[in-house]
Amino acid sequence: MITSDGAQSSRATTPERTDGPRSRPSPSPRPKAGSKLSRRGALALNVAAVSAGIGLWWLVSVLGVLGLPGPVEVVQRGAELIADGILGGDVAASLSRVLTGFLLGSAVAIPVGFLMGWYPVCRALFEPYVQFFRTIPPLALIPLAIVILGIEETPKIFVIFMASFLSCVIATFQGVIGVEKTLINAARVLGAPSFVVFARVVIPASSPFILVGMRIGLGASWATVVAAELIAAQQGLGFRMQQAQIFYDLPTIFVGVISIGILGLLMDRILLFIESKLTGWQERR
Amino acid sequence: MTLEQEHTMSTVTADHMIRFGDIRQEFKLAKETFTALGGISLDIADGEFVTVVGPSGCGKSTLLNVAAGLLEPTSGSVLVDQRPVTGPSPRTGVIFQQYALFPWLTVRKNVEFGLKLKKVPADERRAIVDRYLELVGLTQFADSLPKTLSGGMKQRCAIARAYAVDPQILLMDEPFGALDALTRVHMQEQLLQTWLKERRTVMFVTHDVDEAVFLASRVVVMAARPGRIHKIVPVNLPYPRTEQMRLSPEFAALRAEVWESVYHQPGAKGGDE
Repeated sequence: MITSDGAQSSRATTPERTDGPRSRPSPSPRPKAGSKLSRRGALALNVAAVSAGIGLWWLVSVLGVLGLPGPVEVVQRGAELIADGILGGDVAASLSRVLTGFLLGSAVAIPVGFLMGWYPVCRALFEPYVQFFRTIPPLALIPLAIVILGIEETPKIFVIFMASFLSCVIATFQGVIGVEKTLINAARVLGAPSFVVFARVVIPASSPFILVGMRIGLGASWATVVAAELIAAQQGLGFRMQQAQIFYDLPTIFVGVISIGILGLLMDRILLFIESKLTGWQERR
Repeated sequence: MTLEQEHTMSTVTADHMIRFGDIRQEFKLAKETFTALGGISLDIADGEFVTVVGPSGCGKSTLLNVAAGLLEPTSGSVLVDQRPVTGPSPRTGVIFQQYALFPWLTVRKNVEFGLKLKKVPADERRAIVDRYLELVGLTQFADSLPKTLSGGMKQRCAIARAYAVDPQILLMDEPFGALDALTRVHMQEQLLQTWLKERRTVMFVTHDVDEAVFLASRVVVMAARPGRIHKIVPVNLPYPRTEQMRLSPEFAALRAEVWESVYHQPGAKGGDE
């Protein structure tokens, strides 16, 4: 009795797999608005779009519009900068600033977000500051940071810290207050004391929110670093572009922009991968 | 008045496992005080299966939460096995409508959760979990995540998790409310099978009259404003309950009696559901 129902219910959970082929007998899939694209189809369209973009860019540069450099010129400059070790040095400098600020920001934001979510007293204490600083773009703190912290690494890392802290603290806080009350009650009736409920229920249940906050924080950090490097730096992608601007060196600016884009994308993908590993248990609709 | 007397007589039993002693539950609203429970007294005997039905707002879930120790009553007290309830505890197992499985843990680890808190040694834990997964028919899904299970299977997992910590009583808050009618009937039969093998005192809250009659040895019908016991209907059908019983004239008569007292209550505003 029990096992027969078990099989029945397991069939009921996967209606797509069992009913799919029968309900759609015609094998010709018509592309409809909102219908799903196959993985290969999507990839082919991605490649086509990027190629078309590069082609358009090439066309614009050949026609001499705005005096833009072409793709070939930019790739050559990129190769030169890599060969000289300049690009590598800049990337390392920017990345180390971003990662330092981002890791510090997240490391402070997660406990603060937990405290705010779990203890109403902490929430009342921290919330005015968080809400206030959230309305200020981190870049607007740069003049203040320079005057107080000087022109070394500290003000740059501080600004990046603020950017990632603010995104992550809000997300963590939202995650904690959003934890389902029944999950907490379920743990309590099984005999879990408060700290166990926190460690074994609240932390895992809010982890998806925290990871989303970290992704947004990383994006904000990366956006902030370039601007932060515009203030007296000796190295970094932002600094290099600032220098190139002075000498009207468009290819170098392009190399900088493209490098920033690629690195930002890579970091986001890495976090996305970690997210899917850690929060694969979620039921997605 | 006579009705009142009848209550006190039929609600007090000698060997009670759960005793609600004049439970009042009031919630302060902006301007007025809402009386969710207006002095409830009820005894549930050891090993008895009691269902509680009533219109929404009659406080049936509130009463269950008080018994679970999740809600402190404004006045009155609950005794479970002669000891007062002071907070949630493993001796009172609770099964929620929303299953409340930990989605990041496998079926096995969900069932194991309470045992780890009790510091049961690993090999013993394994044996207990295996036994209850077998009892609810989830052995082959031990290592699955809840997201891969159907609603009925999730609730069976929750039942195994509640049983694993060996509670004295089981409190069920509309556990099959989110399931479709067919699965619901299966689950009712399986729950009774489980209960006959592993007898516990059960308080089962539902709004489904059929379900209330099919499962219970006594149906407690509640009324709203204030939440109170309206009527108690004994179900004198033997266990195990069968499909034949569900279709029998005796069952129909009992269902009609419970239906009448749920949907046509004096004072309840037109059976507001």
